[in-house]
Amino acid sequence: MENTSSSTVRVIRCILCPSGCPIQANLDSKGNVTFEGYTCKRGLEYAEQEYYEPKRILTTTMRVENGFLPLIPVRTDMPIPKDKLKDVLKEIVKIKVQPPIKMGDILIENVLGLDANIIASRDLNKI
Amino acid sequence: MKTFEADVVIIGGGSAGMAAAIEVKNAGLDALIIERDYELGGILLQCIHVGFGLHEFGEELTGPQYAQKFINQVNELEIPYLLDTMVIEFTPDKTVYAVNNKEGLIKVESKAIILAMGCRERTRGAINIPGFRPAGIFTAGQAQRFVNMEGYLPGKSLVILGSGDIGMIMARRLTWEGCEVKAVIEINPYVSGLIRNQVQCLEDFNIPLILGYTVTKIHGKEKIRGVTISKVDTNFDRIVGSDRFIECDALLLSVGLIPENELTLKAGAKLSSNNGPIVDNNLESTIEGVFACGNVLQVHDLVDMVTAEAKRAGEFAIEYINQRYGKEIKREKQIKCVPGENVGYIKPDLVNVLDLSKEIMFTLRVKYPDRRIQIQFRDKENNQLVYKRNKVYVIPSEMVEIKLNLKENQIDPGCQHLIIDVVPRPEVLIEEE
Amino acid sequence: MIYDVIIIGGGVIGCCIARTLSKYDLKIALLEKEADISMGTTKANSGVVHAGYAADRQYIKRHLSIHGNKLYTQAYRELNFPFQRIGSFVVAVEDSQIKDLEDERKKGIQDGVPNLELIFDKKRIKHMEPSLTDDVVAVLHAPTAGLVSPYELTFALAENAAMNGVKFFRSHEVVKIKHTDYTFSVRTLRDEFKCRNLINAAGLYAANISKMLGLDYFDIMPRKGEYILFDRNAMHLNKILFPIPTVVSKGILVCPTLHGNTFVGPNAQNITDTEDTSTTEAGLKEILEGAKKLVPNLPLRASIRNFAGLRAVPNTHDFIIDNTDVYGFINVAGILSPGLTSCFAIAEKVEEFLELLGVVMKVKEDYNPIRPRPERFKDLSKKELDKKIQEDASWGKIICRCEVIPEKEILDAIHAPVGARTVDGVKFRCRPGMGRCAGGFCRPRVIEILSRELNLSYEEVTKKGEDTNYLICHTKDLLLNEINKGEEAE
Repeated sequence: MENTSSSTVRVIRCILCPSGCPIQANLDSKGNVTFEGYTCKRGLEYAEQEYYEPKRILTTTMRVENGFLPLIPVRTDMPIPKDKLKDVLKEIVKIKVQPPIKMGDILIENVLGLDANIIASRDLNKI
Repeated sequence: MKTFEADVVIIGGGSAGMAAAIEVKNAGLDALIIERDYELGGILLQCIHVGFGLHEFGEELTGPQYAQKFINQVNELEIPYLLDTMVIEFTPDKTVYAVNNKEGLIKVESKAIILAMGCRERTRGAINIPGFRPAGIFTAGQAQRFVNMEGYLPGKSLVILGSGDIGMIMARRLTWEGCEVKAVIEINPYVSGLIRNQVQCLEDFNIPLILGYTVTKIHGKEKIRGVTISKVDTNFDRIVGSDRFIECDALLLSVGLIPENELTLKAGAKLSSNNGPIVDNNLESTIEGVFACGNVLQVHDLVDMVTAEAKRAGEFAIEYINQRYGKEIKREKQIKCVPGENVGYIKPDLVNVLDLSKEIMFTLRVKYPDRRIQIQFRDKENNQLVYKRNKVYVIPSEMVEIKLNLKENQIDPGCQHLIIDVVPRPEVLIEEE
Repeated sequence: MIYDVIIIGGGVIGCCIARTLSKYDLKIALLEKEADISMGTTKANSGVVHAGYAADRQYIKRHLSIHGNKLYTQAYRELNFPFQRIGSFVVAVEDSQIKDLEDERKKGIQDGVPNLELIFDKKRIKHMEPSLTDDVVAVLHAPTAGLVSPYELTFALAENAAMNGVKFFRSHEVVKIKHTDYTFSVRTLRDEFKCRNLINAAGLYAANISKMLGLDYFDIMPRKGEYILFDRNAMHLNKILFPIPTVVSKGILVCPTLHGNTFVGPNAQNITDTEDTSTTEAGLKEILEGAKKLVPNLPLRASIRNFAGLRAVPNTHDFIIDNTDVYGFINVAGILSPGLTSCFAIAEKVEEFLELLGVVMKVKEDYNPIRPRPERFKDLSKKELDKKIQEDASWGKIICRCEVIPEKEILDAIHAPVGARTVDGVKFRCRPGMGRCAGGFCRPRVIEILSRELNLSYEEVTKKGEDTNYLICHTKDLLLNEINKGEEAE
């Protein structure tokens, strides 16, 4: 590998199984990215996703008024871009919800236009 | 005193207890769940992150979602449960005594008991960290409950000792609430939890993971103001001159979980080295008709595995009531399963010779990570290899499951001890991953 | 208002003096610098009531401890604190040590220590204490030695004193004392008190208090003792086990507690910082090694806590119990082991001094020496328990699952005379958080109960007073602050 003109720009540690393969993202002189070090197809897919558009599911809590608990656990219903996590957290913290709430209830629709909803993780009744 | 009756009493209304109760109820028997908290769900309710349910539901759920699905089933099946109710004692004749603040003292007469009390966290005392005893030291699970359910933060800048999954998940959780996590300290030269959590909970936020170090002193008499960490040698002894001070206003401990078996002991059941009850291949403890499942038996990695084990415990309890209850059937001769090389513990502890033709689920945990290994079941009396399986890697944080029919593997009837070893793979063997 | 007597220091000595004097028709106050009584030396010591033979004959501490041991019998009947005479062994592991033990025995019997016995029969020794090392060659058995829970004793003393009219002021650190016209003005961080007679029972700080009145004839140095506590039922001991003593201490004990735990310790380290109750790696190692000489098979895996206590060591080698040159000022200082054993005898001594000072000691008609036994869940039969829960539902709400403590016991601890105001205060009064989970499950509940009963916010609930709050803010506060700051910046 050392003799080609491509260089490793990032090492992505695969998280899909405890083998934890280190997958190198290599950039050649023409600007093409190739991956190396994966040992399964899912590993390659993961590395590509993680390289081009890393996404995470966000899980946090939202404030509740007059609830059985002061907070309700919430999540995004699909992964969102990693660099938007903080912005979404700040959106969530601005809001207080009223019970009763059912698991799956949409508490924020299409948050920040990311196509993901913030949904409730559990039922929550009034105090 | 209020008296109840049930075919099966399930002690604990978390993931294990609910799954076992549903199994019992679906077989047409009466189940009663006794839960000490104010709602069903157990520890899952505070585990608000995703990572639950891939096996059981085929989707990635949060802890509360996973719990809610079971709570809904319990309600649909109209399985009775007592909340805010603490079991204070159960007896070998399957009478359960409990208290709560509505009914007072409660007596439940049953035919079988399923233990599903879960586990507790190891504390600072268990690992003997020297120093002061200031405010600001929490177990990771305790902090998790404060942050996610009670609505309070334990500190603004924190150090986490232990790279178990709860510790790493709390690192991300606190970062997301605006706290600064100074470092995660791990005494072992490797991470205790899942790689996924290392990447998504620590590396995503550039939280330093310091391997091969431990906290050797706690500073601050009133409120914690920092910790000294030191490098350790292979015996975990402090290496002189390697001390570093880290300022913090809270220390979270994520240093392991222990099955919670005070009640089990009090009833006279025997425990094994992992602090879980000794069970046979029917998950039946040394007290007839008392079964155990979930983290009270052994600490699991995934709730899905708890659910599966609890369902089996439910089935075994049903089988017991239908076939053995009230009859003078003694448990036949038993084979002892003995942890050998690089095996921390193995479940079940005992195999009934009568059940040798059944498929048995063995679960074990290794003591240290290893690659290219072979798991071997040896008949001690006949010095014979009964079963072997190759694996690419083993790590302490991942429980190994092996489903096995010993009769098919031609175990000798004279076997009294099965020694289970995890050893380097012999060179010439053909792989059977 | 001018008090007849003010006592500085709310440890076992201060509280014992307060309770002893509370039978008289006197106006009495007690000032304590910590947020709760019993939080200094009293909180972290071995809890052994010694038979009394250990100190040299030239010292008053020998005579006070022999007498003090005997006074426990009546006090126990009146105050209902955890106490049991289980007996102690001093263990000889070499023949050369036997002569010392024989000397101790002889002198002890001459001075009135009952039933001291030197036992050589190894079979009998091992029968009496199976855990003991096989190296044992002889033991000195003192059957009158016992175990007491020092903090529960102190709470009992304070409660009974308060019932009989003594006023307790906690979080009142004394910063200045003036003495004019037979009156002491005692300034604390919060208030000023006046009294005719002043008793200094300030433990580690007794020399500082004495110096406030110009009396610098003694010094107190802290001597640290570290301990390791093992879980209940991890092992079972019948006796308190001592090694052959050294010059500085009675050595590292292996000792049961009245709650079914076992502890090892203390070591003895002279230090300078009176606030340094930290444990050290070397110290913990030292006590384990020392303890193993008595009991080789310690349940190391079942250790649930380590802690350190400080002894108040006087440079005079003996208790300092003086009617001083400042008229009306009594020093009760340098009370290290066997101070706990001697507390009732020390209080008698203070009574005598006050009489000498001309204080009119008239017993009150309504004096009630009985402090009722706190009701404990674990002492109740199932039938009694059922009745209790019907009467008061908080008996049925279990807060601490390791120690099985219902809400009722916690409420009683908070609302008792001189009741708990902190999480540690609750813990030491009725044990939630003392168990193997170290409060993992119950601490949030205890914080909730304290917050509700004392009308505090969660963040105001502390471990042990000022600056020891557990929680800093609501979960969302940091993010909300960040957003607010961002908006301000815009």
